[in-house]
Amino acid sequence: MPLKAVILIGGPQKGTRFRPLSFEVPKPLFPVAGVPMVQHHIEACAKVPGMKEILLMGFYQPNEALSRFLVSAQQEFKVPIRYLQEYAALGTGGGIYHFRDQILSGGAEAFFVLNADVCSEFPLQEMLEFRQQHGDVHSFVILGTTANRTQALNYGCIVANAGTQEVQHYVEKPSTFVSEIINCGIYLFTPAIFQHIGEVFQRNQQELALEESSNGWQRAEVIRLEQDVFTALAGSGKLYVYKTDGFWSQIKSAGSAIYASRLYLNQYSKSHPERLAQNKPGGPVIRGNVYIHPTASIDSTAVLGPNVSIGEGVTVGAGVRVRESIVLHGASLHDHTCVLNTIVGWDSTIGRWARVEGTPSDPNPNDPYAKIDSETLFRDGRLTPSITILGCSVTIPAEVVILNSIVLPHKELSRSYKNQIIL
Amino acid sequence: MRALILVGGFGTRLRPLTLSRPKPLVEFCNKAVLLHQLEALRQAGVSHVVLAVSYMSDALEAAMREQEQRLGIRISMSHEKEPLGTAGPLALARDLLAEDGEPFFVLNSDVICEFPFAALARFHRQHGGEGSLVVTRVEEPAKYGVVVCEADTGRICRFVEKPRVFVSNKINAGLYIFNPGILQRIQLRPTSIEKEIFPAMAQDGQLYAMELQGFWMDIGQPKDFLTGMCMYLQALRAQHPEKLHSGPGVVGNVLVDPSAKIGANCVIGPNVTIGAGVVVEDGVRIKRCTVLEGARIRSHSWLESCIVGWSCSVGQWVRMENVTVLGEDVIVNDELYLNGANVLPHKSIAESVPEPRIIM
Repeated sequence: MPLKAVILIGGPQKGTRFRPLSFEVPKPLFPVAGVPMVQHHIEACAKVPGMKEILLMGFYQPNEALSRFLVSAQQEFKVPIRYLQEYAALGTGGGIYHFRDQILSGGAEAFFVLNADVCSEFPLQEMLEFRQQHGDVHSFVILGTTANRTQALNYGCIVANAGTQEVQHYVEKPSTFVSEIINCGIYLFTPAIFQHIGEVFQRNQQELALEESSNGWQRAEVIRLEQDVFTALAGSGKLYVYKTDGFWSQIKSAGSAIYASRLYLNQYSKSHPERLAQNKPGGPVIRGNVYIHPTASIDSTAVLGPNVSIGEGVTVGAGVRVRESIVLHGASLHDHTCVLNTIVGWDSTIGRWARVEGTPSDPNPNDPYAKIDSETLFRDGRLTPSITILGCSVTIPAEVVILNSIVLPHKELSRSYKNQIIL
Repeated sequence: MRALILVGGFGTRLRPLTLSRPKPLVEFCNKAVLLHQLEALRQAGVSHVVLAVSYMSDALEAAMREQEQRLGIRISMSHEKEPLGTAGPLALARDLLAEDGEPFFVLNSDVICEFPFAALARFHRQHGGEGSLVVTRVEEPAKYGVVVCEADTGRICRFVEKPRVFVSNKINAGLYIFNPGILQRIQLRPTSIEKEIFPAMAQDGQLYAMELQGFWMDIGQPKDFLTGMCMYLQALRAQHPEKLHSGPGVVGNVLVDPSAKIGANCVIGPNVTIGAGVVVEDGVRIKRCTVLEGARIRSHSWLESCIVGWSCSVGQWVRMENVTVLGEDVIVNDELYLNGANVLPHKSIAESVPEPRIIM
C-alpha cells in the first residue's frame, strides 16, 4: 500500500521554550541522542513498508542547515524527503490541508502525521496493523498513551470504547479530569480526512465573512487538528485510538531534550548498538548509555555517562566527568571539569575544575505514567531550578560553579553564577 | 615562670570539630592549638603551665602528660566545677600561680600569633605596674572593645566597648602578664577579667599595654580559623620558608605533613595545610583549606575555604567551598556540591548542599 508521512516541524516563532538553543539551529534539528530530533521520526517512517515520501512541513524559511539535513537523510534512508513551507503558521490541520495535493500525489492510500516535538518508539507499523484488525480500513488512528490524572490535563484527552477503541470523546487540555488516555501527536489518516478538514475550512470562512471588522490576522486556513477536527470526529465511528505502552515524551523545553535523549539512548541498545560507546582499553570510562560522535576527542581518564551525548569535534580533557548532559559540536571541556544535567552549547568552553550543574526535571520515577512537566521558567518570581544551558560560544572560566542557570550565546563569564539567566 | 591558659568549655564555636576532640587538641597548621602556646611559653622560660578547664577530658589529660615529657615542663589542670568566666579561674588556681612570687602569664586559648612572651615579660618589668596586656591593631575598631592608652608609656587610661567614634584602634589580644598581687582583686566566683578587673586596674594606673608586632587572630570559629591559617603560613614563609612545601603544582604558602601523599596533576595552594597521613589523589585542586589527619580527597575534586575533618573521605568531582566544615569521619559521595555545609561527625553525605546549612 502506498504510504506517505508528514512531519510537522513548526517555525521560528514556535519553540521559544527551547531558547537559547533554538537561536542557533531550528529546534527540529537539535540533536537528541546524537542525531537531529526529526531524524528519529524519519527513520521510523522510512522503515514502514510502502513509504513513498516523507514531507517536512513548517514555516521556517528555507535554510542551509535544513537543506543539508534533508540531503543527507535522503541518502541515508533511501526515501524521497522534501520540505514544504507554509506561507504562514496554519496550525496542525491547516498545513496538511493546504498541501493536500502534494501529500496525495503518487496515489497515497494513507499517510502518517507526526509532530516533530515528541520523542517516541513510533509504533507506526502497529498503528497500521491495528487499523487492519479492528475492521475499518478507512478509519483514522490517533496514537495514545496513558498519563496520570493530574498531568493528563496538559494534553489532548481521549475517551474511547473499551472494546473497539473507537474515540467517543476528545478534548484538548481540559480543566477537569476527562481521561487518562492522552494524544501523542502521531496520527494515521486516509485521504478522507481532508473532507473533514475542508468542512472546518468552509465553516471558518462563513464565520469570518459574518464578522464585519475582521481584524486581519484571523484566517480561515488556520485549522487545529485537535480542537477543530478530532473533537468533531469523536463519536462518529471514524476515529480510533491505538494505545502504546512504549516510551513517549514531549520535547517542549530544553530540559526535556535531556530526558528524551535518555529514552532514545535506551532504545539504541536494541535499535542501534553501534551508536553506543563501549568501554575499551585506552578509552574513557563509559557508564550506562553514552553517544560519542566519531570525531570527538575524549581523554582516556574522562568518565562519561549515564545519558551523555557528545557531539561532533568536541574535546574532553583529562579527568572530566559528564553525566546526564548533551555536549554540542565544537565544545571544549578542559581538565577536571564536572558537567551534570547540562546542555553545553556549540563551541562553548569550560575551564578546568569548573563545575556546571543543573537540576533534572525528570518525571517522577515511581509513577509509571508520569510525564515530564513542561515547567514554567519562573515560579513565585524565582527562576525554577532546571537544567543548566550554555548557549553557543559561551566561555566559563576555570574553577567556578554555574548552577541552575541559563547563559545566552556569546557570553564570557568571569565568576560563579547560581539560579540566574545571564543575558 | 608560670602561666595559666584559659581553655574553658566545649569549644562550641568550633563545632563540628570539637565534637570529636577537645578544642586545644585540634590541629592548627598541623600542630595542636595548645602546643603552639605551650612551646612559645616554654621558650620564654615558663616551667609550669596551668590549664583552666571547665570540663575534664581523658584525651586532654593524656596529651598533656605526653607534652610534659616532651617539653620538660609541668602541666597542671585546674578544673572549674561551674563556669568562672575569664577571671574566676585565676582565683581557683591562686595557689599554683602565686607560689613562686613571680609574675605569671595568662592567655586565651583561642589566640594565634607570634607569641611575644619574652618581650611581654621585659615590658612588664620595665614599667613596674601590676599587669600588662598585649594589644593588636584592628581595621574596624567599632566591632570590638578598644583600649585607650598613653602613647609613650603604654599606660592604659580606659576601655571603650564598641566605640561609635574613633578613640583607638587597639584591642585586647588576650595575652597578659600579672604580678601575683592581682589575685587580691579576684574573688572565686564567675567574673570577667575584661569587664570587671581591668577597668579597676586601669583606674589605679596599674595596667599597661604592649603593642603586638605581626599577625593576630582569634581562631575560635571556622571562618577565622582559616583566616588565621593564612596569616600563620605567611609568617612561616618569612621566618621558616624551609618548612613550607614546594614543587610542581604548589602555589603560594602550603604546609604538608611529610607522611601525606599528593597525586599527580594537582594544584595545591595558596594557603593550604595538609595533615599527617592525608591522601590527595590525582587532579585535585585545593586552596585556602585545612585537611586534617587521615583524610582522603579523591581525584578531580575542588576545595576552597574548607576544613576537612580527621579521616574524612571526599569523593571524586566533589566541589566544596564557602567555609564547609566536615566533622570527623564524614563521607562525601562522588560528584556532590557542598556550599557552606557544616557536617557533624560520622555522616555520609549523598546529596548536594547548595546553600549553607548544618547537616545533623
